[in-house]
Amino acid sequence: MLNHLWLIPALPLLGFLLNGLFGKRLGNGFVSLVGPLSSFLSAVAGTVAVLQYHHQYPNGDRHVDVVYNWISSGGVGADLAFQLDPLSIVMLLVVTWVGFLIHLYSVGYMAHEEGYWRYFSYLNLFLAEMLVLVLGSSYLVMFVGWEGVGLCSYLLIGFYYDKDFAVAAGKKAFVVNRIGDFGFLVAMFLMFAYFGTVDFAKVSQIASGGVEPGLVTAICLLLFLGATGKSAQIPLYVWLPDAMAGPTPVSALIHAATMVTAGVYMIARPNALYRLAPDALMVVAIIGALTAIFAATIGIRQNDIKKVLAYSTVSQLGFMFIGVGVGAFTAGIFHLITHAFFKACLFLGSGSVIHAMSGEQDIRRMGGLWKKIPITAWTFLIATIAIAGFPPLSGFFSKDEILASALANPYFPDLGVWIWAIGTVAALFTAFYMFRLFFLTFGGSFRGTQEQEHHLHESPWTMTVPLVVLAAGSILGGALTVNHFLEHWLELPTFEVSPARAWLAMIASTIVAILGTWFAYALFGRRGLAADERFERRAPAVARTLENKYYVDEFYDEALVTPLERFSRFLWRGIDALIDGILALGGYVVAAVGDLLRFLQTGNVRNYALMFFVGVIVFIWIFA
Amino acid sequence: MIPTHWFLILSAILFAIGVCGVLTRKNGITIFMSIELMVNAVNLTFLAYARQFHQIHGLIFVFFVMAIAAAEAAVGLAIFISLFHHRATIDVDEANLMRW
Repeated sequence: MLNHLWLIPALPLLGFLLNGLFGKRLGNGFVSLVGPLSSFLSAVAGTVAVLQYHHQYPNGDRHVDVVYNWISSGGVGADLAFQLDPLSIVMLLVVTWVGFLIHLYSVGYMAHEEGYWRYFSYLNLFLAEMLVLVLGSSYLVMFVGWEGVGLCSYLLIGFYYDKDFAVAAGKKAFVVNRIGDFGFLVAMFLMFAYFGTVDFAKVSQIASGGVEPGLVTAICLLLFLGATGKSAQIPLYVWLPDAMAGPTPVSALIHAATMVTAGVYMIARPNALYRLAPDALMVVAIIGALTAIFAATIGIRQNDIKKVLAYSTVSQLGFMFIGVGVGAFTAGIFHLITHAFFKACLFLGSGSVIHAMSGEQDIRRMGGLWKKIPITAWTFLIATIAIAGFPPLSGFFSKDEILASALANPYFPDLGVWIWAIGTVAALFTAFYMFRLFFLTFGGSFRGTQEQEHHLHESPWTMTVPLVVLAAGSILGGALTVNHFLEHWLELPTFEVSPARAWLAMIASTIVAILGTWFAYALFGRRGLAADERFERRAPAVARTLENKYYVDEFYDEALVTPLERFSRFLWRGIDALIDGILALGGYVVAAVGDLLRFLQTGNVRNYALMFFVGVIVFIWIFA
Repeated sequence: MIPTHWFLILSAILFAIGVCGVLTRKNGITIFMSIELMVNAVNLTFLAYARQFHQIHGLIFVFFVMAIAAAEAAVGLAIFISLFHHRATIDVDEANLMRW
């Protein structure tokens, strides 16, 4: 298996081809078999490869499998090669197994949808591209996967292509991601230009060998620009909440568990570069902290169950960036893993709720679902406790590790305290908005229509099994940190956190989790929707600002989109019309002359004959 | 013996008559006859020179011209018949579809 790493992404790619080419003709049964099976086989192949790797490289060295020499031009070259090392393995296992669970879930969730085959072929393609992204051995191969998952994200957000908002959301995601991709591309150009290679290990090696610090900082910041696009950080986070227009399993797989975490992987992978550029690290940490708190506050006032989770995802990604930004790469990756479990569980749970509610997404019309859909409710509760950061569930450990590292980081100790403080407040908000969501959805009494209440039903086993597995993962994920297992195994650079700071961070995290939950219970658990209305009465300006997401979309519209549109219109109507006019002028002149000359064509044979003879006479006159 | 330039003058007169016929007549057949007149005027010129220089080339050319004139007559008459089918006339002024 180790020498055929390409098989791991190739299997879902095959599934994509089979579903895409024959799925429509062969029917839903065929698609339900090929879609999940190809992802399952890929997961098995990946696991086998990991076991073999473990046997062959007990020290955690890098295994590279070159498929072929892709580019070879003078001093510049790049291979199409896949690699396996502890970091890739973590990503590989998360992507394949969570991916498989969500494929399985989709069988139940999408069963009644139009374009079932289309959905699964896109989902398979996504998995293939994501595996290329995490297994690639160079920035260039990673970029192939990076663009591929972006494409699949676009296709799946706009899956309901007959709905305008879904199409617009897909386009927005694509365009915003292009801005980030620009950064990634320029970073690669710099590597090609100054290092002559884009191989992960070689770039790190050359950079560590002593190069201009400004160059490394520039590369790091440009890579981070790419990461802010894909991982929805300030200022490019705006696409992720809109991306909820896609089917819910897609939100779980792409926009919570895997694709959006690619940015974190992108910081953790070249950690050698980032450690040479503390300034870049600081930017990452600050952006992460700001995003964490910014998105968390928005989450408080959203009423669409998926929007709350979307802002929660943005906020949690912010936490991951705090982790990698303060140099605690293991903590960032750890949170990536635990987040993949509990956020996928939450999204799939929300999908199950929406399924039960016959398509309703507004939590104001839910309530009292605890008894009606118990499996969904229990798994949702477990994942909520995990994300809120209660010990001993997984979210507590990973979030606490990030916050403790922020407090203790050696790169910018003074700022670290502030980042820790912001992160802790964001954690408070996290517990608050998550339990608000939980109480409004499952607590109180039912607020929907009678018809909806009549239709309430628990989801089929293909949907509940993934929920249970992911909930189990949310509980047990914290075990990875026992005896510093993940830290030793990943062997990413780290630093010591003094016991005093570790305790401080831990106690603070626990307190904010309890406080946030208690607030949410006191407000929404007891009063239900009335709490929201009271907030609106007491502080209408704040409530409205949060509800409208700080008017960021409107600001972007005014500051960027509208001027760009005006400029384009000017180019179209002004400059382009001018150029066209100049060129068209030649045509008009010819046409006008022709208009006059056509009267010579009388259609009268004798006129032609006359001209012919006149011509002959003139000819003879001249030459005789 | 009759001097050569007499033949040439006669030939030029015949040619000019042919030209006038082509330019002034409307009837397709008449135009056609005028063209035949011009062709034969040219033939006369060929023969006059052939006689003066005692060469056979001119005579051969005349045979060519006569053969071509015959072929031309066949094609031309076919065109006029076809025109007559469509328009019930062979007035060439009526066949003016290809103008502006």
